[in-house]
Amino acid sequence: MNALLRVLAIGRNTFTGLVRQKVFYFLLIFALVVIGNSSFLAKFSFQEEFQMLKDTALGAMAVFLSLLAILTTANLIPKDLEDRTIFTILSKPVPRREYLLGKLLGVAYLLALSALVMGILFAAVLFLREQAALAETRATFSGTPQELAQALDAVRKGAFSGGMVEAMTLLFVKAVLLASLTLLISTFATSGIFAIIVATSAYFIGHLQSSAREYWMAGIGVHWWTRIFSAFVALMFPDLQAFNLSDDIVAGTLPSAALLWQTLALGGIYASVYYLVACLLFQNREL
Amino acid sequence: MSGGSSVSRSLLAVLLVAAVGLLILPWQARLQAIAKREGFHAVVLGVDLRERVGQSGFLAALSGFRAPVAALLWIEAHGAWEKTEWGRMASLFNTVTTLQPHTLLYWDIAAWHMAWNASAAALQNTKLQGEALRERARRQYIRLGRDFLERGIVNNPDSYLLHERLGILLRDKEEDHAAAADEFAKAAALPGAPSYLKRFVAYETAKVPERAREAYRMFRELYEEGGMMRTPAVLARLRGMESRLGIPDGERVTAAPASSPRP
Repeated sequence: MNALLRVLAIGRNTFTGLVRQKVFYFLLIFALVVIGNSSFLAKFSFQEEFQMLKDTALGAMAVFLSLLAILTTANLIPKDLEDRTIFTILSKPVPRREYLLGKLLGVAYLLALSALVMGILFAAVLFLREQAALAETRATFSGTPQELAQALDAVRKGAFSGGMVEAMTLLFVKAVLLASLTLLISTFATSGIFAIIVATSAYFIGHLQSSAREYWMAGIGVHWWTRIFSAFVALMFPDLQAFNLSDDIVAGTLPSAALLWQTLALGGIYASVYYLVACLLFQNREL
Repeated sequence: MSGGSSVSRSLLAVLLVAAVGLLILPWQARLQAIAKREGFHAVVLGVDLRERVGQSGFLAALSGFRAPVAALLWIEAHGAWEKTEWGRMASLFNTVTTLQPHTLLYWDIAAWHMAWNASAAALQNTKLQGEALRERARRQYIRLGRDFLERGIVNNPDSYLLHERLGILLRDKEEDHAAAADEFAKAAALPGAPSYLKRFVAYETAKVPERAREAYRMFRELYEEGGMMRTPAVLARLRGMESRLGIPDGERVTAAPASSPRP
């Protein structure tokens, strides 16, 4: 119980520290992207407008959450070392694993809040555009009441298609995974910039992991070293492509509950394993 | 931490990550198979796409930003439309539909731009010397529009919308009424298809002389279905076919049409 309270306290402090660094300013950029995009897209048909609004808003959310996860986590340990707060914390009866878990929790709070705010903003813009499209359809439609009802229904379906919440949840889980991976890297990194570079590289390689895995498992290999390299990528990096379902969700493909839950579980397993390995490496690190 | 201990911990960490990676490998492969079966990750990001979207676009697509890249290219295609650069538009539409093959809107509007706007513009293109060349260009754009719809159908076999649009293209642009009727019939049989598609099948079948009996049966079925299907257009055509086919008086219809006019 005490351990949980300590972890929560560290998490809260980490979150407060990150908020003080004004990381939420990126939300202004997100708002500009969504609102600006929405005004610009007004010249398209409402179906095109809704489609592109969803495409760009979810894309922007993915970019911001991934950046936020990597950039904030990479600087947590170096900053605590620089401010010497880590010594104050660890001199108390706080095990290092609790310190790391608290840090990860703080970043997870930040990511959850950011995803929530971006989701609300996106939904609000989409709702306003939907209302405008509905009003326009009512004003200009000349068919029978049943046909008008069908047309209005088409507008509503075009705006709020299913799967948006699922897509955002997957983006959040992917961001937590990235935070955990970055935390692992920062336990042996010599500086924040090193952790950022390695985590960003891992991000790109992680998107190729599924290709490397297929290549390796199919037994295709011109040279023995290409097979070893594929095996290395397949085993050591997370499969980040597995979380990229939002591209198809905005196109109208909905994931089954089995696919969604298994993907979320995969994210949870990756994040837990990276945290455990981070604990292992951080346990006896000289500070 | 001593040097030896540090090395052994690092080695242990690497082994732990690799062991977990190995353990979850079959699960990952199964999960990917489920995703592909459900229509996810269907896009093959190959060298041809790399050439079309450039290095940064390809990297973005590879990193899970296919949809935003497609949206940006769509906006670029809109700019090309405003400048009536039809060739560039077709190329951009190809890239967009390659990136987002499950977005019906992209196939639908790309086909409309090609088969309707570009084909009409081709007839007024003074750079093409002679009527024959302009007509040839018009047909090529219609063919291009049809090609978008056919590829869209291959990628989205359960969607009625693209079959309906192909039926309209065959009806209005190629005037192939038999093929249009078949497309409308395919559309009408798919989930979520609007009821008017059944009437469209009958209208188009009626335009094919050798399928007059078949068309008559369709109109008769629509008439028997009653309600919204018994429109003035259906009734007028049914009466016309009764006269054309010499249907005996006792078998002919007599009822009044539904109140509101409908296609």
